[in-house]
Amino acid sequence: MLKELKLTINGQPYELSIHPRTLLVEVLREQLGLTGTKRGCNEGACGACTVVMNGKSVKSCSVLALSANGAEITTVEGLAKGAELHPLQKAFLDYGAYQCGFCTAGMLMSCKGLLNMFPNPTSDQIRDGIDGNICRCTGYNSIIRAVEAVSRGDYKETK
Amino acid sequence: MIKDFEYFGPKTLNEALVLLDKYRDDYKIIAGGQSLIILLRQGLLQPENVIDIYGIKELDYIKSDGKKGLKIGALTTHREIEYSDLMKGSFKVLSEMEHLLSTPQTRNRGTIGGNISHGDPAGDPAPVLMALGANVKLASVAGERILDMEKFSVDYFETAMEHGEMLVEIELPAPPPHTGAAYTKFNIIASDMATVSVASCVTLAADDTCTDVRIALGAAAPRPMRAKAAEAILKGKKITDALLKKAGQAASEEAEPVSDISASEEYRRELVKVLTARVTKEAMSRAKAG
Repeated sequence: MLKELKLTINGQPYELSIHPRTLLVEVLREQLGLTGTKRGCNEGACGACTVVMNGKSVKSCSVLALSANGAEITTVEGLAKGAELHPLQKAFLDYGAYQCGFCTAGMLMSCKGLLNMFPNPTSDQIRDGIDGNICRCTGYNSIIRAVEAVSRGDYKETK
Repeated sequence: MIKDFEYFGPKTLNEALVLLDKYRDDYKIIAGGQSLIILLRQGLLQPENVIDIYGIKELDYIKSDGKKGLKIGALTTHREIEYSDLMKGSFKVLSEMEHLLSTPQTRNRGTIGGNISHGDPAGDPAPVLMALGANVKLASVAGERILDMEKFSVDYFETAMEHGEMLVEIELPAPPPHTGAAYTKFNIIASDMATVSVASCVTLAADDTCTDVRIALGAAAPRPMRAKAAEAILKGKKITDALLKKAGQAASEEAEPVSDISASEEYRRELVKVLTARVTKEAMSRAKAG
């Protein structure tokens, strides 16, 4: 039986009817076409599906969509403001913090969750912050440098 | 794909208990879902009814009462415990344990009550709670009962919870002066489950005699277990390196590990021996410092 689900995603409210078994990642990718969020391991190990929910990073493959009812969700599509990239996105570009790009959406959202919690994280906190995201091209150090640059204030967020 | 189910999202404990009573033959409770969703997706569980308790705000709290200790609501997330200012003194070990548990995303979403109710012998919180002498409070429409954490863990993925019951609170007694606790786990990747984990809590007298010690093992038996033979070797004595070695040996003999993809039985026994001595030594030095 279908159930009603209300969500706010990247500032926009949505009302959907879904099967209770539906996962948050399935709502994002399959029902709303927000395919920036990637589905990797599908069992909470790789972090590619990370989104920010009520300010905190979570793995959208490990959340029932119905238990996100009423939540405010930010996906990678919600980071940029119009044509203006988010500071993290700019820094990822400048520091070459990705190669194939599959992990990037999840990495960005974990870093966003980290900066929500610690606006000026230590190097250890950055490493801990991306502990749940796997990059198989081995770009961790450039990702850490990119987050450090944002935390230093090298990239100003547009108001 | 997950087999479909009826979904219920109670917002109060009372509503939840009524639902548990009504559907007592075929339901699963979901909290953060960080363990359960994997089992649902693998088809290992196919419940007719899923009762989502994550929205019950009244079970999300950490309360400290200097004399009585700490009370943690079952729906408190790992992350809240990890960064709580109340995790000090010998409770600091709870925050350290949470920091070792899985990844930030899982800790943001997962709850301590969900973790121990899942009954995985490799889970991080259970051994620490046992070492700290925790009790758990279970509720049903019939009322509440309080169980020693040791009696809560029954077998592989099995707890003492009856149909119609749910975990609502974890109670930690205030430790006596000069008590120290420590936790360690061995694994290959930092965010993995434990291959073996050990928690130890030591209380010393003014002359450094060990007046009380509780040692608990994770992933070393079908359920998290106390290493009572090891404790007996240390209790009432002044702890030396030689005694710690004997205690480690005893723990390794009383453990009931299995061989699996992570480690053989023999290797797990060796880990229990080494980690028991190591973590109890750390707990002892914390007890001296505190």
